[in-house]
Amino acid sequence: MKILVCISNVPDTTSKINFTDGDTKFDTNGVQFVINPNDEFGLTRAMWFKEKQGATVHIATVGGTTVEPTMRKALAIGADEAIRINTEPTDGFSVAQQLAEVVKNGNYDLVIGGRESIDYNGGMVPGILASLTNMNFINSCINLEIDGNSVNAVREIDGGKEKLSSSLPLVVGGQKGLVEESDLRIPNMRGIMMARKKVLTVVEPVDALKATEDKKFDKPAPKSQVKLADSVDQLVDLLHNEAKVI
Amino acid sequence: MSVLVYTESEKGKFKKNAFEVASYASEVAKMMGTTVTAIAFNSNENESLGEYGVSKVLHVKDDALATFNAGAYAASITEAVKNTDAKVVILSSSTDTKYLAPLLSAKLSAGYAPNVVQAPDSTSPFTIKRTVFSNKGFAHTQIDTDIKIVGVSNNAFGAHENKTDVTIEEIGIASDVATNNTKSIEVDKVVGKATIADADIVVSAGRGMKGPENWGMIEELADVLGAATACSKPVSDLGWRPHGEHVGQTGKPVASNLYIAIGISGAIQHLAGVSASKTKVVINNDPEAPFFKAADYGIVGDAFEVVPKLIEKLKDFKAQNG
Repeated sequence: MKILVCISNVPDTTSKINFTDGDTKFDTNGVQFVINPNDEFGLTRAMWFKEKQGATVHIATVGGTTVEPTMRKALAIGADEAIRINTEPTDGFSVAQQLAEVVKNGNYDLVIGGRESIDYNGGMVPGILASLTNMNFINSCINLEIDGNSVNAVREIDGGKEKLSSSLPLVVGGQKGLVEESDLRIPNMRGIMMARKKVLTVVEPVDALKATEDKKFDKPAPKSQVKLADSVDQLVDLLHNEAKVI
Repeated sequence: MSVLVYTESEKGKFKKNAFEVASYASEVAKMMGTTVTAIAFNSNENESLGEYGVSKVLHVKDDALATFNAGAYAASITEAVKNTDAKVVILSSSTDTKYLAPLLSAKLSAGYAPNVVQAPDSTSPFTIKRTVFSNKGFAHTQIDTDIKIVGVSNNAFGAHENKTDVTIEEIGIASDVATNNTKSIEVDKVVGKATIADADIVVSAGRGMKGPENWGMIEELADVLGAATACSKPVSDLGWRPHGEHVGQTGKPVASNLYIAIGISGAIQHLAGVSASKTKVVINNDPEAPFFKAADYGIVGDAFEVVPKLIEKLKDFKAQNG
């Protein structure tokens, strides 16, 4: 089985978010970048398929040279090879088109991406990619078993979960549940050394439709001071008469 | 040209978000000087969409689509978009809709903007405001394609009555359904309980509860309020509560009217995930807990004393106020 894990390079979850250039760009100053958490759950599940079922695991990222440290981290975790598509990721639609080209050329059986990236929250790349490459698609996937060509999966739904059957080739939108938080791996020294020698291929982008543009950003209005209640009686009174939520 | 809205139903009844997206579609249609067509699957109450500005309902009634299937639903919606010459497609932010939206986007070569929080800034160019960076910021996003897809955040725009004469047209299942051979085997869903996605009130608890055996009072409080239960990331990582209850940046987003956080200190990732909630209440014994800075109301106190008192008070309150 040949697996491609799509990795997005995103600000660490603890990052304070600021904008620059007249609020038209995300301010990367002082921001630590990491593997998108939803992608990392997918990568870790891919490692399981590598170790238990002999799968080959490639990763792909759309971005300039600045994304390479994050890609090397994915290699240090255990991916075999990396492909960087040499263009700035501008919108989900064009990113999906770039990845679709890699998928078509690489004959992958399984493609895993995160359900959404935690920066622009588009949540569209795996689905558009599946549609463009005529592969099956399961989103918000929280369990994935593969036997030969057949797939048994579970996806999260509002208020529960749904068991699904499908078949390869398949694209999965992954999230926590594909593996547990405690299964995530911190690269060890040997992994980091080996990652330096692994193949990282740079490919040039194809012409792609740019569907959306983020023109301007703003931040949520500052919160007014919390009102502390002295008793539950006072709290219920505030919620009923002032906030009018009960 | 028209605005097409997908109104979700479950077991024949529209979900709450159906009326929100219909209202949003009605507002967009007004801005563009056109009308709203809805598409619904196996719904028994299509006329009710007329209350929210929908003038035509395309109703797909077919047992083959009794269970949600992203590929098949996307195929039918795609056909409806083409047949009505719709230039704007309005969707909700449910898990099912977020499953089919990218398929629709690819089929229609249409730009998709999810997590939209208010009516468009303008319709020419088509620009909307949506949350980004997991609610830590907003983007004003311009959709440049001929057809535009807008995913409206839960509980952001609201449902607004706008009585309109509505006609209903029964339509067949789309011919092109075999594109995704993914099949549902079994749906495992809590019935008769509010879910985090559509609850008006969410009661959430964290490590301050000390152990899973103490969740009885959290569930009782949720019951009294008709609320959904949720938890912080550490609690789900420890296995005290199921993953589906984890709310925050890497869990589920919450956009309820009232969010009650008990024994949750308020890590930045948690605050981001729940910030779309309108009123936030914190109960914590540590007055320095960061959550107090992000909350509207709070009680500094031991959850094990405050929560039982709150349950009693709310029972009395409900008895008096119905």
